[in-house]
Amino acid sequence: MTLRLGRLPAVYAAKFRAEIALQVAYRGALVIWLLGLLIEPIVYLVVWTTVARGQGGQVGGFAAGDFAAYFTILMIVNQLTFTWHFHFFEWRVRNGFFSPMLLRPVHPIHNDVAENLTFKMLTFTVVGPVALFLLATFGATLHPEPWHLIAFVPTLVLAMVLRFLLEWTLALAAFWITRTVALNQAYYVAVLFLSGQVAPLSLFPPAVQAVASVLPFRWMVAFPVETVLGRLAPGEVLAGFGAQLGWIIVSLVLMRVIWRAGIRRYSAVGA
Amino acid sequence: MTLSATRPSIRVTDLRKTYQVPEREGGLRAAAGSILRRTSRSVPAVAGISFEVEPGEIVGFLGPNGAGKTTTLKMLSGLLYPTSGEATALGHVPWRREPDFLRRMTLIMGQRNQLAWDIPVVDSFELNRAIYGVPRDEYAERLKELVELLELGDLVRKPVRNLSLGERMKCEVAGSLLHRPEVLFLDEPTIGLDVTMQRRIRAFIAEYNARTGATTLLTSHYMADVEALCRRVIVIHHGVLLYDGDLAGLVERFSPRKTISIDLEAGQKPPDAGWLAELAGGPDAVVQHSAERLTLRVLRSETAAVTTRLLATLSVRDLVVEEPPIDEVIDLVFAAGPGSDVESERAGATR
Repeated sequence: MTLRLGRLPAVYAAKFRAEIALQVAYRGALVIWLLGLLIEPIVYLVVWTTVARGQGGQVGGFAAGDFAAYFTILMIVNQLTFTWHFHFFEWRVRNGFFSPMLLRPVHPIHNDVAENLTFKMLTFTVVGPVALFLLATFGATLHPEPWHLIAFVPTLVLAMVLRFLLEWTLALAAFWITRTVALNQAYYVAVLFLSGQVAPLSLFPPAVQAVASVLPFRWMVAFPVETVLGRLAPGEVLAGFGAQLGWIIVSLVLMRVIWRAGIRRYSAVGA
Repeated sequence: MTLSATRPSIRVTDLRKTYQVPEREGGLRAAAGSILRRTSRSVPAVAGISFEVEPGEIVGFLGPNGAGKTTTLKMLSGLLYPTSGEATALGHVPWRREPDFLRRMTLIMGQRNQLAWDIPVVDSFELNRAIYGVPRDEYAERLKELVELLELGDLVRKPVRNLSLGERMKCEVAGSLLHRPEVLFLDEPTIGLDVTMQRRIRAFIAEYNARTGATTLLTSHYMADVEALCRRVIVIHHGVLLYDGDLAGLVERFSPRKTISIDLEAGQKPPDAGWLAELAGGPDAVVQHSAERLTLRVLRSETAAVTTRLLATLSVRDLVVEEPPIDEVIDLVFAAGPGSDVESERAGATR
């Protein structure tokens, strides 16, 4: 690894400054991205609270106020964990933009981590207030106990790490496949359903829930939401931490192996 | 400089790179067929080249499009893994991309930029400063020096997207040298630039080399770049090394003829065409023949004799003996290709 821990903080600091300048320069695009991020969970929120009211107040243990809380927290978690490298890696590799990154004495992943964190910081200034507004407007039922809030922080951080590592590793497929769009689409659908974005996982049939718990998707999004909403027992939260850590280790190992193989295949086209 | 003068900066031994290229005929039928059966072809881009570059040398890497120049530079800078063969640069195997190596070299590609498009150039420079761990005071000093040498002025405060191609290239060059690399790989650094800008970049590369003693490997389609900068050239074609030596030697070896141009005194009878052809070694060797002016392409070894006879026979106002333009020589080399004997009669008669 081209990684020297001593200098990394300085690199990140400089990267943050450059990224903020860059993303502010793209403020139009930033707003559109943000709208997309906000609208999707709001649609689910409206649909499910309506369904709950129509069903006499409850669907599978979720009242309208529970749905409002679930989807608003989900919006926050999804905003903080989502990445876009799976989408852009192919473009980067095909057009040779990856080459200059490879020639710097810092692993390219640091560029992407910094980019990701900067985007999250900038957009959170909007997502945070919007979430508060939604919680109030839709009459969300949210009464977390202190330990729910305390546990929420590490589950969220681990979810961010896991989702980033996994999606970055999958993005490396671009070294082998020139069109990763199909793969990306399949992955997106899996995330949509199995990470609890369309509906809380507890509303799915038990078989689907079992699959979702074995795969990494739940641990990337739904788990922190379920934790802060108090839907999990302490034992379940601990098991969830285990699942998150396990998948992070798997992702790291995969990343190292795939990175090494991919970089040998890299043909630096267009560069 | 941390380099010892006795060890080559770059050493390449039988380096090869073969690309697997998918292949199919055009048309719908072939497209449908390729769904089930993929065929690919091995294309040797670099087919076993060896050379060494001493510290501080500027070497021109010449070859037509697709000769394997860029592929070689990419392997030497660590972007590409070779198919076989060995190379070291600054004592490192480039494609291992060890930080100590990456920090001491740079690859500048005329058609590719590393500066962020939408932010002022200095912001990108500042990022490079952090990445390469350049101390602040040294950075300020080098930046000042680069701004001066490349005449960047206020350009560095503008976003890259507002710069012209030439301005952007100057900034690219500056950004790539802030960490003061000891080895420079320059791939077409002047491509697409106007003559003035080409000259400026060229002068800068020479200046950088003189100041820092950096080893430089340069590819260019502009012979002016090569003539101005490189005493030594390496010519490759179809991935094979055709020539490695000084520029003058290249001309001597691949262009067996010199050009004799004569301005004639007015009022004399134009020389006989048959006599001229015999003198020059064939009718093709007479390039220009009029009452005022003669141009002949004469074998190197015959130049003195032919000149003497011309001067004895004609009344001459002015006489010039020249090497052919380097562009023409390169054309000859490429037309001849590997393994063939360029020193043939054909060579002198191509124009």
